[in-house]
Amino acid sequence: MLRDDAKKILFEPLIDNNPITLQILGICSALAVTTSLLPALLMCAALVTVASLSGAAISSIRQYIPTNIRIIVQMTIIASFVILVDQFLKAYAYETSKELSVFVGLIITNCIILGRAEAFAMKNGVGLSFLDGLGNGLGYSAVLIAVATIRELFGAGTLLGYPALPLASDGGWYQANGLMLLPPGAFFIIGLLIWAIRSWKTEQVEHPAYQIHEIHRHQVL
Amino acid sequence: MPERDSFANTLLVAIGLSLVCSLLVAGTAVLLKPNQLENAERFNRRTILDVAGLYEPGVDIDGLFASFEVRTVDLSNGQYVDAMEVGVDVPIPDELDLARIHRRARFQTVYILRTSGDIEQVILPVYGSGLWSTMRGYLAVAADGTTIRGLGFYEHGETPGLGDQIDDAEWRTQWSGKRIYDDQGNARIEVVRGTVHPGAAAVYQVDGISGATLTGKGVTDLVRYWTGPHGFGAYLGKLREQFDAAR
Repeated sequence: MLRDDAKKILFEPLIDNNPITLQILGICSALAVTTSLLPALLMCAALVTVASLSGAAISSIRQYIPTNIRIIVQMTIIASFVILVDQFLKAYAYETSKELSVFVGLIITNCIILGRAEAFAMKNGVGLSFLDGLGNGLGYSAVLIAVATIRELFGAGTLLGYPALPLASDGGWYQANGLMLLPPGAFFIIGLLIWAIRSWKTEQVEHPAYQIHEIHRHQVL
Repeated sequence: MPERDSFANTLLVAIGLSLVCSLLVAGTAVLLKPNQLENAERFNRRTILDVAGLYEPGVDIDGLFASFEVRTVDLSNGQYVDAMEVGVDVPIPDELDLARIHRRARFQTVYILRTSGDIEQVILPVYGSGLWSTMRGYLAVAADGTTIRGLGFYEHGETPGLGDQIDDAEWRTQWSGKRIYDDQGNARIEVVRGTVHPGAAAVYQVDGISGATLTGKGVTDLVRYWTGPHGFGAYLGKLREQFDAAR
């Protein structure tokens, strides 16, 4: 029973309840850090770490958190972990952390993290909250890695900086698609990704909340 | 344990959490500091190589850096001095303080690159206020003392996405070949608003960055200050004289 629960919590956010493609959260950083694969991978590692650790930490003191300051308490814990991760990146991946500029810091305000803290970690045990954070982080990572792979491959002809498609500018056959490296490129890819997932998993398709009534012109005239 | 929503518990949790979190954050920062400083220093050297046009991904940064001759210059007369004298501060008169930095060291370190004995270019440290932050970087000047080889920043806190485009490789390549001084010796170099129009002035101008007018103004001001009479003006003047004499 518990094992099934844990499995579901860990794997559901990968596709069935993906924070980016279903809940449309965390789009800002998904657009910004996916021009190439390496920064995207670092960003994913940072988010997975913060999501799982903050979930576990918040869950472990959830019985003691006073209701009226609970959001502040959650933010303090999340912010501490984000600073921790940022310090580690500056110490061990300095140049990529410069490339990520503000986006690691902005994990503090990432809707996915606070959303999981408030919706899950405040009500569930430490182990499950850790898994929930991990699962949601991995769901976010799956989308980021897919988008970054497409953008770097078709935009620059490289993967992780190594040449993958011979560029026309260096005598090869591939003409780099500059649009992929611009912000709209990410919009198109994420849009197409959401379309593809919803065509496959049709239960994700949202029904219109409001249907516009047909106008019977003869009644008005 | 007091009741969860009581005043006492609220205070207790708030104080306890702040303590634990601050210890955690401060502890990590202190522990990782040596590593971060080393990284910053390496990036600093990379920036110097970059403005000199020597940097490519994968090069041996420390090895290449060793080819620079590191000297200390007394800005008041442009003479080289012994490195021992470093550490004297001078105030900058308000009317000369284009870069808005108030004080600067009297002696500055310069990095000289020579080819077969002759100076090929010099790399000067420059800094000044942008919109939010002090921008710190290096300016590479050719042996003629007026042609810019490159400009790059290793530290700044300008607006991400707008002002931080001063790090953009394409924007930075424009600096190469621009001239600092006109024939009368006035610093003319500037970041314009909009794009540079072809003409006589184009050699002193660099495209502005849209959305970053004030950062661009800061860059203009700091380059003009450090190449001006209160900055490296005397030193670059000497360089120019030597260059003209050699021709």
